[in-house]
Amino acid sequence: MNANLKRPAPALEYLTTKKDELVGWARKFSLFPYPFVTACCAMEFMSVSSTLYDTDRFGAALPRFTPRQSDLLMVVGTVTHKQAPILRKVYDQMCEPKWVIAFGVCATSGGFYQNYAALPGIDKIIPVDVYIPGCPPRPEMVIDGIMQLQDKIARSKHPIVNDRF
Amino acid sequence: MARPDAETMREQVAGDGRETTVSHGTVVVELTPAAFLATAQELKSRHGFDLLLDVTAVDWPEREPRFDVVWHFYSTRHFLRVRVRTRVSAADPVVDSLSAMYGSAGFMERECHDMYGIRFRGNDDLRPILLYEGFEGHPLRKDYPKRREQPLVPYRK
Repeated sequence: MNANLKRPAPALEYLTTKKDELVGWARKFSLFPYPFVTACCAMEFMSVSSTLYDTDRFGAALPRFTPRQSDLLMVVGTVTHKQAPILRKVYDQMCEPKWVIAFGVCATSGGFYQNYAALPGIDKIIPVDVYIPGCPPRPEMVIDGIMQLQDKIARSKHPIVNDRF
Repeated sequence: MARPDAETMREQVAGDGRETTVSHGTVVVELTPAAFLATAQELKSRHGFDLLLDVTAVDWPEREPRFDVVWHFYSTRHFLRVRVRTRVSAADPVVDSLSAMYGSAGFMERECHDMYGIRFRGNDDLRPILLYEGFEGHPLRKDYPKRREQPLVPYRK
């Protein structure tokens, strides 16, 4: 009897699943990226977001240059220890729901920088959803990364109130 | 006025215990730290080296004195370069600052102080420029551990 009370009725479960699907579908096509661009990967970022490869097709083209209006943090390029507090602050300023793409091998793991200056991967300080390696990554890889992120968004649960909110 | 070539300039600069050579078209002057400031003033006022290109250092960990401090000057009148080199010890790595003579010296001396710990007498603004407050040690010294990191943000678990 108690077990029955804890589980939602099948009809309610069906509705919740449908709601997650609907919200996920809406969210995956309205990614507003915040380009946190620090290094040479910026050139590849420009190329992938402009006409030829056109990330607008995925609803992920309109960059918002304030973290408060964006929900996809694209960390493009090397992040140094001196830069790390700024990245952390930008991430903290973004509203839920938010996702992070590590664009290029430097943001992914530090790349060939292993020294006093470079942060060995941004996942040391903020959680990352999709890693796109490459120095710089080809536009096709970036598009693949965005599509993987969209799949991830479509598959995940979308609680209206979550544990961080 | 005929422009002096590097060899002529080397002869003009030589003297006063300075060791001078020409290397790849650049006049090289080696001197003691005590003689540096007077030489730099002479290079600027008498020989027309009006542009300070670089201030850096070289670490020779097995040598005593351990550091070379290196300056590069350029003359926009003669189209000539001169490299001035002096040696300082690790115990007392102090040379005279050029910040009063060249406006560009301030930043480059700060960088040299960041990376090698060379102190510049007369430059009272040696705050970190490329590094950050609280950074320990000097990363371009050969005894700085290759993989030592000093993160400002604590790492996630």
